[in-house]
Order: sequence, then structure tokens, then C-alpha cells
Amino acid sequence: MEKLKSIQELKDYRERLRARGTSDGKTPDGKAIVRACCGTACTATGSKKVIETLEAESARKGIEVEVVRTGCQGLCQKGPVMRVEPQGIFYQRMKPDQAAWVVSYTFQGGIPYRGGLWRQDVLSEPVSQMLDVPFYTKQVRIALRNNGTIDPGNIDHYIAMGGYAAFEKALSSMTPDEVLAEVDKANLRGRGGAGFPAGKKWAHVKKSGSKIKLVIANGDEGDPGAFMDRAIMEGDPHSLIEGMLLCAYAIEGQYGLIYVRHEYPLAVKNLAIAIKQAGELGLLGKNILGTDFRFTIDIREGAGAFVCGESTALIASVEGERGFPRPRPPRLSEYGGGAWGIPSNLNNIESYACVPPIVEKGASWFRSIGTENSPGTKVFALTGKVKNTGLVEVPMGMSLREIIFEIGGGILGDKKFKAVQTGGPSGGCIPEQYLDMAVDFDSLGKVGSIMGSGGMVVMDEETCMVDVARYFLSFTQSESCGKCPPCRVGTYQMLEIMNRICSGKGVPEDIEGLEKLGKSIKKASLCGLGQSAPNPVLSTLKYFREEYEEHIFDKFCRAKVCKGLGTFTIDHDECVLCGLCKRACAYDAVKETSRSFFIDQDYCNKCKACHTACPIGAVKIDKASPAKVVALQVDPKREAK
Amino acid sequence: MKVEDLDIDARIGRVGELLGEKEKKRGLLIYAFQQIQKEFNYLPEEELKALSKKLNVPLSDVYSTASFYKHFYFKPRGKNVLCVCTGTACHVRGAGKILEKAKETFKIEEGETTPDMSLTLETVGCVGCCGLAPVLTINENVVGDLTPAKVDELMKTVGEE
Repeated sequence: MEKLKSIQELKDYRERLRARGTSDGKTPDGKAIVRACCGTACTATGSKKVIETLEAESARKGIEVEVVRTGCQGLCQKGPVMRVEPQGIFYQRMKPDQAAWVVSYTFQGGIPYRGGLWRQDVLSEPVSQMLDVPFYTKQVRIALRNNGTIDPGNIDHYIAMGGYAAFEKALSSMTPDEVLAEVDKANLRGRGGAGFPAGKKWAHVKKSGSKIKLVIANGDEGDPGAFMDRAIMEGDPHSLIEGMLLCAYAIEGQYGLIYVRHEYPLAVKNLAIAIKQAGELGLLGKNILGTDFRFTIDIREGAGAFVCGESTALIASVEGERGFPRPRPPRLSEYGGGAWGIPSNLNNIESYACVPPIVEKGASWFRSIGTENSPGTKVFALTGKVKNTGLVEVPMGMSLREIIFEIGGGILGDKKFKAVQTGGPSGGCIPEQYLDMAVDFDSLGKVGSIMGSGGMVVMDEETCMVDVARYFLSFTQSESCGKCPPCRVGTYQMLEIMNRICSGKGVPEDIEGLEKLGKSIKKASLCGLGQSAPNPVLSTLKYFREEYEEHIFDKFCRAKVCKGLGTFTIDHDECVLCGLCKRACAYDAVKETSRSFFIDQDYCNKCKACHTACPIGAVKIDKASPAKVVALQVDPKREAK
Repeated sequence: MKVEDLDIDARIGRVGELLGEKEKKRGLLIYAFQQIQKEFNYLPEEELKALSKKLNVPLSDVYSTASFYKHFYFKPRGKNVLCVCTGTACHVRGAGKILEKAKETFKIEEGETTPDMSLTLETVGCVGCCGLAPVLTINENVVGDLTPAKVDELMKTVGEE
């Protein structure tokens, strides 16, 4: 690759690429293009084998095809997915033996192979175009604009798709202040969770007056249930680089760092390739495109600490220290606050990826999408008990119902919706009554949750809300860095109480105790981790209090998730006398008579083994027998209240 | 990578231009741990001592930093690492059962290694593959859409290796 020495050369380079047609659907010699997803999920479901077979089969038949190995295309549930152009046929759940059919039907015959198409259910007509699949119809892709189309390992693809055009525009016709003003006017709010306006943050850093400034990208996506940053780093690393370049140009920064968590090896690999290629083309380094603007990017790998996603802890980790957060001020944007004391601008990966389209198309275009106070789109990782799991990018202000039931296709197994958890371990659970609420930064806050990084975990009637809250608490408790006592000791105590409730040993004071502890932890903790750790418990206490009460007073878990709760009986009308429950029971509680099985309550340890073992669901779990409820009611502790 | 091969100036990256010798050395600490772990599969004491000398960081500080991060180990690990994801999506879709199955099969608890050093069982917060929940990783390969029965099959192949 030859270095581009001026802005004009970049323009010419793009024109040359476009004339060669590497990316817009057809190659000039009429070769079919297969855009096969090679994201982590599709690789796990075997996309590599499918591609190999596809290539071998087409070579055998003498057909030339071009396979583009793209990043995540979003519909992870139905992987491996691929798109065949120029017809634009979308294939899902491909298996290696189906690849041969695709070759003969689509490459030779030009028609779709029906066996690989998406369909609503077995009886409905298959859909061949990607945009006709309901999962994709309602999406608007800004941050993920190139994901699934380009090969992340080839900078030419990105440039041909209009990449680095925003940077080119900024360099040739905008001053740094104009770029900053444009981002500020667009009101791009930080996609990492807090929603702080990026323009304001940039202005702060600029105001520090330091000659040297750092531009840091936070790719420590630790929230369980969120993977949009991973998709961008793996599938479209250049959009991140261009976003950082624009930021550096606007705030006059010189050095860039990308902090990536170590669980994402492919992201590190693709980013390294992208940085190398951008350097070779002269888009990174000194005298970029013949101007005196200079910018370089280094990658730093994390080492498995969730708290390092917090800005000050991330800085500590970059400096090679323990990842402890520290009190602010000084803020990162001030002298003495950033990495090695240098004023630094820290944004989330997705925020940076949104910058190039804003600069290229203007702030008013960006503001026309989404809501008044939260313009633009947001990528959500839709997971949990929903039919279509994967990455979705929708305009802000779309209702939860649309996201879950139209894009997500509804609840798995057509069960009943119970709640959706947003914002990862720092967020809260939103019950059914708010399904029609428009999703943006402010509305989620109002109902006790947060936008967070955009994880959206759907739960159905078989999910126990107490157990889910306990799960999140156990996560934050184990990830607490231990620096400040409210978080270190408080989350531990809360978890103890939650464990007690889930194992059927809860006492009536526990609910109040949880609320009191939760509020103190929120107020007294040093960093965002502690301040938000009680959120899952507090929000479930608010909306699903009756489940907590059931666990404590009735010793019953309605979702039948928690062990050690309920009374186990065998329904003799349903029982087929297979004896599996007896075999499963480790406590000899299942007794056998000549014509039936029954559970001896004195021996039963409520371990649920029989319930799991029963093939037809004849082992029932019910609330404690009336006699026990009476016994509870005369409990002196409760009487006293 | 062995400690003596660590090239400080080459590895700190461009940002090294801004830093003093001490900051550069400290900044490389986590990178050095990662490289040592790649080579030895854990952080042996001798290597950490050598690293402490080379980077001029007190050994206590070296330990303090390494022990903060979950990814670093002070005990040798098995040849294969089986990591069950316990992220939210996996939890909701039944990661607990998968973990129990794995524990049962290899008769070890999480964080432990089988006596013959063939396998270490671990859990991870999230591997970012929530679309396929529940998932686990074997070394660096992700396996998704698990059921306890599927794990059984998988275990057999891992056991043979």
C-alpha cells in the first residue's frame, strides 16, 4: 500500500476502489459476492466450515465467487448467516451440506435456495430479502452501518463504503472548533451508559489548555449481556479509528489508546490489523494526508476486571496499576486527571462510531433521528428469552414492545412476558406495564433503570425475579474492587440476605433491610459500580415485591427456579409410574407403593431433582401446606410488628 | 515470552514518547503478565521476580497488581481450559445447569484443575456471545446453544483430548 500524501489522493483512491466495485454488490466481471458473517457467534455455529464448503463446491463447478468475511450481521440466534449479492438473498442457519445447494440454486440458477431462507414458522412462506425479515425491517443502522457488509480486515472496503470521508471533510473544510460544534449540536450522548453529551466532554478536554491530549476509547465492555462494542471492534474497526481521528482533530489531541477487554481476542486482532493498514495508508502517524495533523493509536488489553470500565479505574489500569477508581475531581479532562496526568478524552466505542456520520451528514440530520433529548440511534443487545436474539440498532424513542415483540419476534415458546432488564448489572428490571414506554436515556431513568451499555435481557414467567436480582448482586459483589467499604461490605451483606431469601430462609425484616442497605450503598459508594450495584434489587423490590414476599412468607418460588422452596407432590392423575423421580432422589424421599409414588415430606430436601427428572411434569411444586402457613402467622416476630 | 525478551520501548507503543522511564516500565506491567501467562499458562514466581527486577517495580507491587486482575493465575492450569459463561443471558437460559453438569463430569469445582492437569474449569462474566446463550468456551473456541445433554457429548471429546 502506498501512503496517501494529500486529501485529493484519498478522494482519488476511493474513486478508483469504487470503479473496481469491491463493495457495491457486483464485481465488474459479474462475480457473485457472498457476505458471510464471521462474527464470534456465527463462527461458533460453524460459519468457517460453511464458507469452506461453499468455496470448494463453487470451484468444483467452475464458478467464481467472492467471499467477504464480514463482522456480526446481528441475527446471532440464526447463525451462521450470509447474504448473496447481487440478488441480496439472505440465508440463515446454514449448514455445510446446504452450501452445495446454494451454489447450484443461487450462483448457477440465480434463484433462492428455499431451505436456507428465513421463515416465520414451518407453514409460512420463506422470505428471501434481508430487509423483509422483521428483525431487520425496523432497524436504522448508524453505528453498525458497515457491520455485515465489509471485510473488517480490508481498509479498502471501508473506504469504498465512504469511509474516512468525514475525516476528509473535516481536514479540508472544517476547523477543529467547527467539528466540535457540530458534535455538540448533534447532542450525541455517551453510549457507554451515563449519557453524558460527547460534545461537552470534548469541550472540557479542549479547555484544559494542554498541548498534549489523549483520546481514549473504552472497549472494556464488561456488562454481561452486552456485545455491541465487540461487534464494532470486530466488524468495523475503521469506524472507531475514524471517530477517534475526528475527536483528536477537534480537541487537538495527538495520542490514542483503545482499551479492550481480554475476553475479546478477535477484536484485538482486527483492531491491530486496522491500525496497521491505516498507518500504511498514511491515515495515522505524522503529517496525515499532507497536513501537519498527527495522531497515533495503541491498543491496551484488559485483564478481566469489570471495574476497569469505570473511567478512573481504566486510567489506573492503563498506567499499570491495580484498577482502583479514585475520587473526582480532578476529572479525566483536567490536568492531573487523565492517563499519566495528561488531559484525556474517554468515550465509549459506539459513541466514537457515531461521530463520522454526524460530521459527514451534519448535526441536523442526526437530530432528525430519535427523540428531542436523545437523538440518534442506540444499539441494543437483545438476549434472554426472546425468539430472535442478537444486535439491533433502533432509533431512540422506539417502544420496548416494538423492540421485543416485533424485532425480537416475541417470547421464546410463546410464554408470558414478565420483565426486561436493561443496563446490565447496574440497571433495573422493567415490568410489563411500561412496555409501551419510549426508550431513551431519560425515560429509562424515570422507571428506575438505566440505558447502560444497551444490554436488554428479556425474562418470561419462568424467570424468578428474586433469583435474577441475586445473580446481578453476586456479579457486582465479586467485581467490587474493595477500595471503599460501602460497596465492599454493603454488597456482601445484601448478597447474604438475597441468598437467604432464595434458599427459603428469609425473614420478614429482610425486605426492609435490603431497601435500607441499598439506599446507603447508592449514596456512599465511590464510583459508578457501587452507586448502581443495588439497582437490580431495588427495582425488582419496587415492581415485583410480591415475589419477594412469596419467597419469605409462603416459602414458594412461582417460577420454580429457587431450590429449597415449596412443597413437592406427585400428581397421581398424571404420573406414568416410570420411577425416574425415585431414582433421582438422593434423600430417599420418594416412596413407592404397589400402585403409586409419593414424596415423604419429612425426608424431602426440596432439591428439585425429582422435578427435573420427571419427563411429563407430574412432580408439582406448590406453596407450603396450609398448616405451615398457620404456623407462620403466629410467628412472634411478625406479631410484634 | 520470557522476561528477558521484553522490549520496553517497542511494546509501550507510540504513547511512550510522552513518558518517562519509570512510567514506561510500570505501564508495561499488565502486558508483561499477559505475555508470561501466554508462555507458561500461569505466572511462575521466578518470572515475576525477574520481571520485578527488569521493570524496577517492587515484587510486592507486582503481586498486588497481578492479583487484582481475575485473568492472572499463580497456580499452573490444565492443558485445556473450559470456561462456562455465567453472563445474564446465559444465566436466564440455564447456565447453572451447564456448570453443574461440568462439575459433575470432571468432579472438580470451578477454579480447580483435574488431578491429571488435563482440564481447568472456570466461569466468566460474559463472553459477548449472548445470542447463543448458554455458551461455554473451550480454550478459545466458543460453543453455543448448550443443553446439559450437549455438554455431556462435548465433555467426552474434551476428556479424550
